[in-house]
Amino acid sequence: MAAPNSPPQTVAAARTRRRPFLESLAHLRRDPTTVVSAAILVLFILIAIFAPLIAGDPTALNPIRRLGPPAPDAWLGTDQLGRDVYARAVYGTRVSLIVGGAVAVLAAIPGVAIGIYASMNRVGGAIVMRLVDALMAIPAVLLAIALAALLKPGLPTLIIAISIPEIPRMVRLVRSVALSVTAQPYVTAAIAAGSSRSRLVFRHILPNTLAPVIVQATYAAASAIIASAILSFLGVGTSPEVPSWGGMMADARGFFRFNPELMFYPGLLLSVLLLVTNILGDRLSDALDPRKVTQKMP
Amino acid sequence: MTEPLISALGIDQSFPVGAGFLGGPRRRLHALRGVDVTVAPGETLGLVGESGCGKSTLARVLLGLEPPTAGSVIFDGTDLARLPAVSLRRLRRRFQVVFQDPAASLNPRMTAAECIAEPLINLTDLSTAEIDARVLALAASVGLGSHLLDRFPHELSGGQCQRVGLARAIAPEPDLIVADEPVSALDVSIQAQILNLMLEIKARMGLAMVFISHDLSVVAHVADRVAVMYLGRIVESGPAEEVFARPRHPYTRMLIGSVPHPRPPPEGGRPLPKGELPSPLNPPPGCAFHSRCPLADNRCLREVPQLLPEVARHRTACHRVAEDATEGA
Repeated sequence: MAAPNSPPQTVAAARTRRRPFLESLAHLRRDPTTVVSAAILVLFILIAIFAPLIAGDPTALNPIRRLGPPAPDAWLGTDQLGRDVYARAVYGTRVSLIVGGAVAVLAAIPGVAIGIYASMNRVGGAIVMRLVDALMAIPAVLLAIALAALLKPGLPTLIIAISIPEIPRMVRLVRSVALSVTAQPYVTAAIAAGSSRSRLVFRHILPNTLAPVIVQATYAAASAIIASAILSFLGVGTSPEVPSWGGMMADARGFFRFNPELMFYPGLLLSVLLLVTNILGDRLSDALDPRKVTQKMP
Repeated sequence: MTEPLISALGIDQSFPVGAGFLGGPRRRLHALRGVDVTVAPGETLGLVGESGCGKSTLARVLLGLEPPTAGSVIFDGTDLARLPAVSLRRLRRRFQVVFQDPAASLNPRMTAAECIAEPLINLTDLSTAEIDARVLALAASVGLGSHLLDRFPHELSGGQCQRVGLARAIAPEPDLIVADEPVSALDVSIQAQILNLMLEIKARMGLAMVFISHDLSVVAHVADRVAVMYLGRIVESGPAEEVFARPRHPYTRMLIGSVPHPRPPPEGGRPLPKGELPSPLNPPPGCAFHSRCPLADNRCLREVPQLLPEVARHRTACHRVAEDATEGA
């Protein structure tokens, strides 16, 4: 073997550990759709955080001004109990973002762990997958209603109730992607190069499995926001005085013929949030594939 | 003959296929049947055969990547099947592999340097700085510019990827490299470069090599000994020159006849392969080759021919060749 006496600046080349994900993020900054979507999402987050500064009390009742028109202290009018619709819409952002974010994380972490396990273990994997199939046969909203009824009502219950039906979907996705990654020659090469089981999982299989997981997690976040709205609408989600978009739409249902705008405002916010979440998920998954973004030609 | 570095004895490998769970009986695909191979230290064994004859399966078995259904692989006196997983992992330092598809055999999220460093990280106690220095030296020894080391596989050409694969294989200074069609995915001009590089490395490091290919001219160029495979069996084996100069098995003759020739002899001057490789799920009885063999007779339909005892280290599994030999004697 040649003696390792190379100039120091080339040693640096061998040590370079490129971070494909960061390189891709830098690349994404040049994509206007991504930038606009990210800006809108950040705006939602700021609204949620600073809600008390930009809106009044969302729970204050004012029976004299029921279903009132827009006014200086109630920009979007008032609902059937005389509450400020603008304030309720602003505060409702909190429930949607918390539920969406928490469900995405709570579905992804166990989903990835169980999915990878199922892909690597023949017998255990088969058992896990049958359980997952059984869980998937139960409609998600029904399962969430049952869980919400069993546990103490409140935001944590809502989050858990929505997360559990999301896990099986994540498990199936991760298992199938991990199986196809495991069949790749570079995984065989890694085994032949003496990789331990944990190195195989964390260095070779997991990083190449994550792109679809990110997309699925953003879909889970989006569908969790809808599910929380549905559950609030059905009256098993957060309690009625807590402002949420789903709850607002449920309340507005009775007055839809005369005051359709009561349903329009939370519905519009919900649609915009879902749209930017899905767009960002899509772009992020592309960013996770170095082949799609980074280009240094030979 | 010296003690073999690796020997595979009586290897059978079969896989269940088709319906499982309540779907009736499973059929088994016999990829390898009673295969014996040995490689001496520093020797190159060429494995030849059509696609689907079991060459790559044999490579995986030799590398301990899948345990054979029957038979044993013995590397330097150690039976791979009896070895606990951790010891097998440590022994991997001594036998490495080069794959056919150069880009697919490199992790798309790792740079060339990280790929080459992989076996060093896993199998040696070198420090990070020592590994970096080794990676540079290895890149230089396979003719890979150090400016390419921070590239991802998709930013390299096929030939450059295969150089990375080769550097990774020789990184832990193995005694044996199994090369599974290492050049068949490359352009012809690059093939020659990579082949010569492999020969040079082999000579420099005194490596033994199992060189798998369906390209006879490539095998003739690199191999000391050749084994010809047909439907999971070795049908002819012997010194490369001997086998190519005086092929005995009708299948080997066909293969050699099918090599494109710059000035082809007149029609009918050489036997050409006819028909398709039969399905290994349902191989013909008797000699598996009888369905395509110009010499086949009744005995070939019934009896499986065995590899004959050595005649000048040249062995053939064919009834008709055996008859000729006895008649001649």
